[in-house]
Amino acid sequence: MMKLKKCAKKILFKNGTIIDPILEKGYKGDVLVENGKIAAVGKVDVKNAEVIDCSGLIVTHGFCDLHVHFREPGREDKETLETGSRAALAGGFTRVCTMPNTNPPIDSPESIRFIYEKAKECPIHIHPIGAATKGQLGQELTEMAGMSTEGAIAFSDDGLPIMDGGVMRRVLEYGGMLDKPIINHAEDVCLRNDGVMNEGRMSTRLGLPGNPVEAEGVMVHRDLELARLTGAKLHVPHVSTATAVKHVTDMKKDYKHISAEVTPHHLFFTDDDLFEYNTNLKVAPPIRRNEDRAALIKGFKSGAIDCIATDHAPHTIEEKESTFDVAAFGMIGLESCLGAVLKVLVHEEKIDLMTVIKALTVNPREVMGFITNLFENNTDAELTIFDPEETWEFTKGDIYSKSSNSPFIGKSLVGKVKYTVSKSYLAII
Amino acid sequence: MSLQQRHLLGLEGYPAEDIQTIIDTAFTFREVLDRPIKKVPSLQGKTIVNLFFENSTRTRISFELAQKRLSADTVNFSASTSSLKKGESFKDTVQNIEAMKIDACVIRHPTPGAALRLTEYVDAVVINAGDGTHEHPTQAILDMTSLYEKFGYLKGLKVGIIGDISHSRVALSNIHGLITMGADVTLCGPATLIPPYIEELGVNVSYKIDEVIEWADALNVLRIQMERMGVSLFPSIREYRSLFGITTERLANHKKEIVIMHPGPMNRGVEIESAVADGDQAIILDQVLNGVASRMAILYLLLGGKTE
Repeated sequence: MMKLKKCAKKILFKNGTIIDPILEKGYKGDVLVENGKIAAVGKVDVKNAEVIDCSGLIVTHGFCDLHVHFREPGREDKETLETGSRAALAGGFTRVCTMPNTNPPIDSPESIRFIYEKAKECPIHIHPIGAATKGQLGQELTEMAGMSTEGAIAFSDDGLPIMDGGVMRRVLEYGGMLDKPIINHAEDVCLRNDGVMNEGRMSTRLGLPGNPVEAEGVMVHRDLELARLTGAKLHVPHVSTATAVKHVTDMKKDYKHISAEVTPHHLFFTDDDLFEYNTNLKVAPPIRRNEDRAALIKGFKSGAIDCIATDHAPHTIEEKESTFDVAAFGMIGLESCLGAVLKVLVHEEKIDLMTVIKALTVNPREVMGFITNLFENNTDAELTIFDPEETWEFTKGDIYSKSSNSPFIGKSLVGKVKYTVSKSYLAII
Repeated sequence: MSLQQRHLLGLEGYPAEDIQTIIDTAFTFREVLDRPIKKVPSLQGKTIVNLFFENSTRTRISFELAQKRLSADTVNFSASTSSLKKGESFKDTVQNIEAMKIDACVIRHPTPGAALRLTEYVDAVVINAGDGTHEHPTQAILDMTSLYEKFGYLKGLKVGIIGDISHSRVALSNIHGLITMGADVTLCGPATLIPPYIEELGVNVSYKIDEVIEWADALNVLRIQMERMGVSLFPSIREYRSLFGITTERLANHKKEIVIMHPGPMNRGVEIESAVADGDQAIILDQVLNGVASRMAILYLLLGGKTE
């Protein structure tokens, strides 16, 4: 069981391998946290400190997830800001951005305020993403300026794609004026139709309606062009297809305010894994073919995809334990993230650990304009300490979310979070 | 005689020897059906529940008859009269029924994968009587039994499957079964009703019905669902009939006399002309009789029945 306690006045993380994703350097050393702030990084001698032996462990910046669903307000039976925070700490995340598809949706300055106030009491930093259009209906702009003042960090209609290209252009123009990133769930709704999994050999075999890769490809392409047209910042969420990777790669050569994320589940699974109609693998965008997975890995390597985000989406057992057509879309992902991405990217694909850590720390922080240099003295301590080699089986007992809809249960993962420091709390996992 | 798998969920990956065993057993039950007293005590004392979460007439009657001919006790469940309407979940419904001690479930459900899901919830033997647009294995077995009866072999037999392949569980099960048994399969229908990547299952695809008629030994003509027309999957009945309708005129243009099958219910005058459906080339009513015999064989083999 994870233990969560207030940090001691002085706490020394000793003999770890410090990985600094800003300097892109790794070295043996210690990190001293005093009163919840970074007091020293390097070789530290100090008395009267609680000492935590970090030999064999990596000490780095706290992870930052640009894409989570904490379900508050409205579906507190699935997750709350509080329970979501615990799941985040267990996964090494100290900072998350919550999507606005709650009930009611977060589409006004008042509702942003609600999240902002509630988040203050939580042991991690939570930043609300505001809806881009009222009621997430894709028609009228929300009061983005007022929402920004109250703490909105970006704008998105989340799972509901903004289908009308004219509206998307206005959202980008208006959000761009406020210097806030715009995130659009990139799927052409008409092409997606009623697809519940990737369209391909597997959907044909299983008799399930398919969602073609082109549904994502054409929408990403449109959004990229509109971003260039408007000069706005566009963040492409959960890239799942080879064509989308190609479009992002091409546009980044031309226009710089583009960022993109990939989820652990799109890196880990392929549509072949759906052979038993496992509803925990029903997700939007769908788990794709192996060639798409390979393209995501390649795009991550090349830097076209710069962030890892979980799209942590809790659902009740009742909503998942049903037939495939009616089961809800989405899976939780915070607790299993590190073990999944280290396994695939570092251990299987031999990508260097620094690149993966950057995609979990400095890169997402840059997208949102958060402080990035977390090892600077006197910064509020956000630390993640993990064993990069430990092979372990992910079980229900590793889940701290209120929901347990994870296809990673029973899977062997590599890399395990041991300690997370956030907002003067120490989580021992 | 017994089968390698405990359930019959689909024909994908189903062993060829088991398909052959079922077909052979079906022929022995065909003899029973020709007797004046068409009942054997093979499944006496066994209880089978027919779970129909979707409307069905012929499959349901066929299963019920097969069960009665084998002397099994049967219970029928239909979604329209059940507690499902009161919001009970699939899991609760089936676990309640299983708690009443049954030996086998025959399930028809609108969702692909429902039969597989059922095996997770109950200990009884599960027979898939159609799960959405996925599989309908007993239909494919009765189709293959009928072809076997007519030709005496399946290996190398050329079978055309005509019509709406995308929404057809009959097509998918037939494809898997026929390929496993060594037949050659060509699909023919409008491009909008042919599922993507279907060639990867080892079939050919053609849009030219006359070429398929010329090539085939037998055609399995699928029902065209009129409701597909509205969602622009094909423009009109007139156009469908002119491109893919099986007519006497079309068949007369070819020297070889081929066998015509249809899983029913037919839209006479749409996918199949009445004269063809009622003509000498059609074995549509043999399929119905073989349906009872095949389902008797499947129930008998899966429930370990005793011979008389």
